[in-house]
Amino acid sequence: MPSIRQNPFPESLPDFRNLGVTARALIGVNLLALVATLFSEPDWSNTLGAYVIKAALFEPPLVASLALLYAVAPWLLRFPYWSGCALVIAVVLVFSVATHLVLGEFAPAGLLRTLVLAASTAATVLAYLRLHTKAYSPALAEARLQALQARIRPHFLFNSLNAVLALIRHDPRRAERTLEDLADLFRALMSDGRNLVRLADEISLIERYAAIEQLRLGERLRMSWDLDNAPMDAMLPALVLQPLLENAIYHGVEPGTGVGDVLVRIERRGNRVLVRIENPWCEPVSGARAGNHMALDNIRERLMLFFDDEARLESGVEGARYRVEIEIPYRGRA
Amino acid sequence: MSGALRIFIADDEAPARARLKELLSDIRGEIASTVVGESASGLEVIDRLPGSAAQVLLLDIQMPGMDGVELARHLCALENAPAIIFVTAHDRHAVEAFELNALDYLMKPVRAERLAAALRKVLATGPAPRERLERAAGGAREFFSVAERNRIVLVPVGEVLFLKAELKYVTLRTRAGEHLIEEPLVSIEREFAERFVRVHRNCLVARAAIRGFERIAGSGEEEAHWNVVLEGTPERLPVSRRLWPAVKGVLPEGRE
Repeated sequence: MPSIRQNPFPESLPDFRNLGVTARALIGVNLLALVATLFSEPDWSNTLGAYVIKAALFEPPLVASLALLYAVAPWLLRFPYWSGCALVIAVVLVFSVATHLVLGEFAPAGLLRTLVLAASTAATVLAYLRLHTKAYSPALAEARLQALQARIRPHFLFNSLNAVLALIRHDPRRAERTLEDLADLFRALMSDGRNLVRLADEISLIERYAAIEQLRLGERLRMSWDLDNAPMDAMLPALVLQPLLENAIYHGVEPGTGVGDVLVRIERRGNRVLVRIENPWCEPVSGARAGNHMALDNIRERLMLFFDDEARLESGVEGARYRVEIEIPYRGRA
Repeated sequence: MSGALRIFIADDEAPARARLKELLSDIRGEIASTVVGESASGLEVIDRLPGSAAQVLLLDIQMPGMDGVELARHLCALENAPAIIFVTAHDRHAVEAFELNALDYLMKPVRAERLAAALRKVLATGPAPRERLERAAGGAREFFSVAERNRIVLVPVGEVLFLKAELKYVTLRTRAGEHLIEEPLVSIEREFAERFVRVHRNCLVARAAIRGFERIAGSGEEEAHWNVVLEGTPERLPVSRRLWPAVKGVLPEGRE
């Protein structure tokens, strides 16, 4: 079993379809140009003008390269890291040559100098993105650990075991089924949280989880599922939905004396996957059931690790209902 | 008449109640018992337990409506208060508090031997004294309770406008009426420091109910002083001179 420290650094190219990567490349190149301008222009008043002229020259190849890289991103990921980098630089060089042919007369330097500049800028951005990934890679390994901590309250485990014990004599079959569900749940809990899983698997997991809660809470828990438009082949980080449903039941159903309606709706809208979980809003009692936000923060963090800025998690009270919404990019199995 | 031990079971999960009944019947040979009542919420226990003549309450501490330890505190004012055995699935803080204050508890899933041992123990020692329960409580109560022979009346702390000590009793005043409780004002002041402020040697006032202060000019015997004006009651309560500096700060715009 690999320890946390020895996690292998994933040698893969940045995902050029990720908004965060694109934004970092755009901002990075512009900053480099700005610094270069500050160096070459002794006078403050001319700096902006000089920068704009430079921008007119480097912006077209930059944007064109990013657009092409976006288009070929999945294909590019099949290459080993260093060949991939070479291909990225090649793309940048091709567009730089093209730009030079069109706008060459405005360029301050010859073609060779332009190409050297373009290649080194591309290499700098790639190096930065590599460092960025590396900085987050321990976090990715720890996401597994965090996921473990975020999930499943001991409260749930012991109460479920207790409920199974109560079943064994009168309804042995239901006891068997419940233990099987518990086993599946814990198998998922102990799996590697670094992987993406299919939405279909995550849904079957939370259905098993809900079956156990149903046994404990009986009529007090009324689940409604709205999954008709759920994209079953979408990929998402493991164990994102289960803690949310657990929260909904723990904070919304258990403290109440009446019937608690919990809604799970998952749907695809264009290239986004929307998840909505609702439960009755119960005023939290003096710290007795705190810790909700830790779980939410944890899930948000894990979504960011996998999807960067493209994931969204929002929660709030609407009337008498509490809802959590997640939006992630739709990615079918690669 | 030795008779069977009268047991009341309080747990919000039906399977957990069923399990306890199963275990009680398993240990019947050793300790004969009969289940005289069951409840799924704290408030229900307050309603039903006093009439059941239960000797032992098996009480899940995580129940909707009211925290188990607070529930136990209200019950011990009953004339024939039951001995309480707390039951918990997993609550480190509660378990620490139980250990520290020598209160009886069981962990879920409960084992038959442990249940039998706990029952034997409470039969020998009887109900835990109120002070130990108070020390085990995690925070301030949500209700004051008034024990009336075989009934417990709960008064939500939030509804209390002021408390006034008179001889042996403390009078609770709400919009709806008055209740007498037997608790020292000092300990109430300590428990609810955030909610009530002392305005006089014998009087605590709900901060949220204070609308203002009025100046009473001295006349004859009476010294000049300030009165608290409260929302929800026409009654005016004098502020003692010694406490006035602290009290006037309660209302930021507290003039007149």
